[in-house]
Amino acid sequence: MTNDHAIVVEGLHKSFGDVHALAGIDLVVPRGSVLGVLGPNGAGKTTAVKVLTTLLAPDSGRAIVDGRDVVAEAEAVRRSIGLAGQSAAVVDELSGRENLEFIGRLFHLSAAESRTRASELLESFGLTDAAERRAKTYSGGMARRLDLALSLVAHPRVLFLDEPTTGLDPRARNDMWAVIRQLVAEGTTLLLTTQYLEEADELADDIVVFDHGKVIAQGTADDLKDTIGGDVVEFTVEDKGTVATALRAVSGCGEGEPSATEEGEITVRAGRNGSAVLLEVVRRLDKSKLTVFGLGVRRPSLDDVFLALTGHKADDDDEIEGAA
Amino acid sequence: MSTYTADLTSKLRFGAYDALVLTRRNLLVWFKVPAFIVFTVIQPVMFTLLFRYVFGGAISTGLKGGYVSFLLPGVIGQTAAFTSFGTAISLAFELQKGTIDRLRSMPIARSAVLLGRLGADLIRLLITVLIMIAVGYAVGFRFSGGVGGAALMIVYSLLMGLAMCCISAFIGLAIKDEESVQAFGLIWVFPLTFVSSAFVPVASMPGWLQAFANNQPVSQMVGAMRALALGHPPQAPYGDHLWLGPLWMVAVMAVFIPLAVRTYRRA
Repeated sequence: MTNDHAIVVEGLHKSFGDVHALAGIDLVVPRGSVLGVLGPNGAGKTTAVKVLTTLLAPDSGRAIVDGRDVVAEAEAVRRSIGLAGQSAAVVDELSGRENLEFIGRLFHLSAAESRTRASELLESFGLTDAAERRAKTYSGGMARRLDLALSLVAHPRVLFLDEPTTGLDPRARNDMWAVIRQLVAEGTTLLLTTQYLEEADELADDIVVFDHGKVIAQGTADDLKDTIGGDVVEFTVEDKGTVATALRAVSGCGEGEPSATEEGEITVRAGRNGSAVLLEVVRRLDKSKLTVFGLGVRRPSLDDVFLALTGHKADDDDEIEGAA
Repeated sequence: MSTYTADLTSKLRFGAYDALVLTRRNLLVWFKVPAFIVFTVIQPVMFTLLFRYVFGGAISTGLKGGYVSFLLPGVIGQTAAFTSFGTAISLAFELQKGTIDRLRSMPIARSAVLLGRLGADLIRLLITVLIMIAVGYAVGFRFSGGVGGAALMIVYSLLMGLAMCCISAFIGLAIKDEESVQAFGLIWVFPLTFVSSAFVPVASMPGWLQAFANNQPVSQMVGAMRALALGHPPQAPYGDHLWLGPLWMVAVMAVFIPLAVRTYRRA
C-alpha cells in the first residue's frame, strides 16, 4: 500500500503544552498527486509539515513518506523530500547561484554538477538574469521562487510547500502557481498548505481541511463544494445566549446540522432547496420566539464554504502556529 | 563489525565534509558584508589603539615594555569573547529565517550546522587575532616568550573563542530572535571581560571585586595568554593559569555543548 502512496499518515498527534497542534491526523497522498492542506492560522498545517519533513517528532501516530518512517528512518526520508517553508529560506548575502550551489554541495554533488544544476534551476525559475545578484536585492516573488528552487536541487520525489504564496502580490502568486503546475506536470508529489481556497482549488487534486489539529473535511475541490455547496440560509441571533436554542430550533431544516459562529451567526446548508429551507427556518424561528436579524438565503462563496466547515472565518488569527 | 566501522567512518567523513561546506558558506557571507568585517576586525583594532593610547598612560603594570605588553593578550581575550556575539546572532537569525529548517530537512550530518558555524567563527577570530598582533607590533608590543609561547597564546585565544562561542550558540538557539539577541546576547560578556585582568591589573580593583576578578575564567585565560606571550616563568599570579584557564574552557564546553545541541534539536 505504501508503494502507491507518497505520504501515509495515521493518527498523528503533537502537542505544545496545552495546545494540541495535531489532534489525530490521517492522510493518504497517492504518488504524483497534489494534496492541498487548507486551514486558517493555527490549524496545525505547519506542524504537520514539520513532522512530515522530520523537523519535529510526533507525540504519537505514524507518518510514512516515500515508504519510510519519518521518525525511525528520518535520514532516508530526508533523501526523498524537498521543503520550502513559510519564509524564503535563502541566504540574503549570497547570490541566487551561490545559494543553489551550496545546497548542491551539501547534497554531495561535485562543484561542476552543482553549477550545472544551479543553472538549470535558475533558468526554469526565470532567475537567470538575477543569478549573480545578492538574494537580498530580490523581490518577494523572486526570493520565493529561489526558495522553491533550493528545495528542488536534489530532485525530491515528495515536495512540501508551506504556504508558498502567503504575502505575495497577485502577480507574483500567479507566477508561483505556474511554476508549481509545471513541477506537478513533471510528476512530483506535492503537499501544499494554504490559507487560500482559491489556491487549493487551482493546484490541488485533493483537499483536506484542517481545523484545530483535525481533518474536518476532505475530497476533491468539487467534492467539497458539493458536500457543503448549494444554498445557504443564515441569520444572526440577537442574544448570543440563545445560540443553542436557535440551533435546536432549526435542526433538521437543511442538509446536515446547522452551525454557529461565536458571533451568533447561524448557517443552515440548504442544498438546492434554498427557498423551501428558508420557509421552514422562518416557521421554526417564529415558533421558538427567538429574535434574529439578517435572515436570508444566498449562494455560498468560497469563504462561506470554509466558514460552514470550520465554524469560523478563514482569516481568524489565533497564535497556535506561532508556538509551533 | 566491519560494516559498522565503515559506516561510522563514512558518517564521520560526510559529517566533516558537510561542516566544511557550511564553514565556507558562513565565511563567504562574512567576507561579503562590510558591516560584519568592521564589527569583527576594525572594532578590536580600535580597542587596542584606544586602550594603548588613551588609558595606557594611567595604568601602571610594572611590566617590561609597558602597558601595551600587558594589554595585547588581554584585548585578544576580550575579542575572543566578543566574537561569540556573531555566533549567537547568526544562529538566531538563521532559525528565524528558516534556513536552519531547510538544512535540517536535508540529509546532512546533524552536527554540521553547529560545527559549520563554530568553524567559520573560529577562522574569523584567527584572522582578527593575527591582525591585532600586527597592529600590536606597530604600537610597541613584542612577544618575549619565544615562537612557541606566541603560537600557544594564539591557540589559547582560539580555545577561549570556542568556549565562548559554545555559550553564545546556546543563547542564540534558545532566544531564537535576532533582535532580542542583539539586545541581550552580549550582556554577560561585559562584566566577564571588564571585571577581569584583561585591561587592568586586578590589584587596582576594590577588594570585594578582586575575589571575583582573580578567579573568573576570562582572567584565568588572559593570565595564561599573557604568561605565554611574555614568557613569564610559571609563577603567581600567572603560573596556575596555564592549566586552570584551559580547564575552565573545557568545563564551559562540557556544559554548553550539550545544552546547545539539545536546544538545536528542539529548535
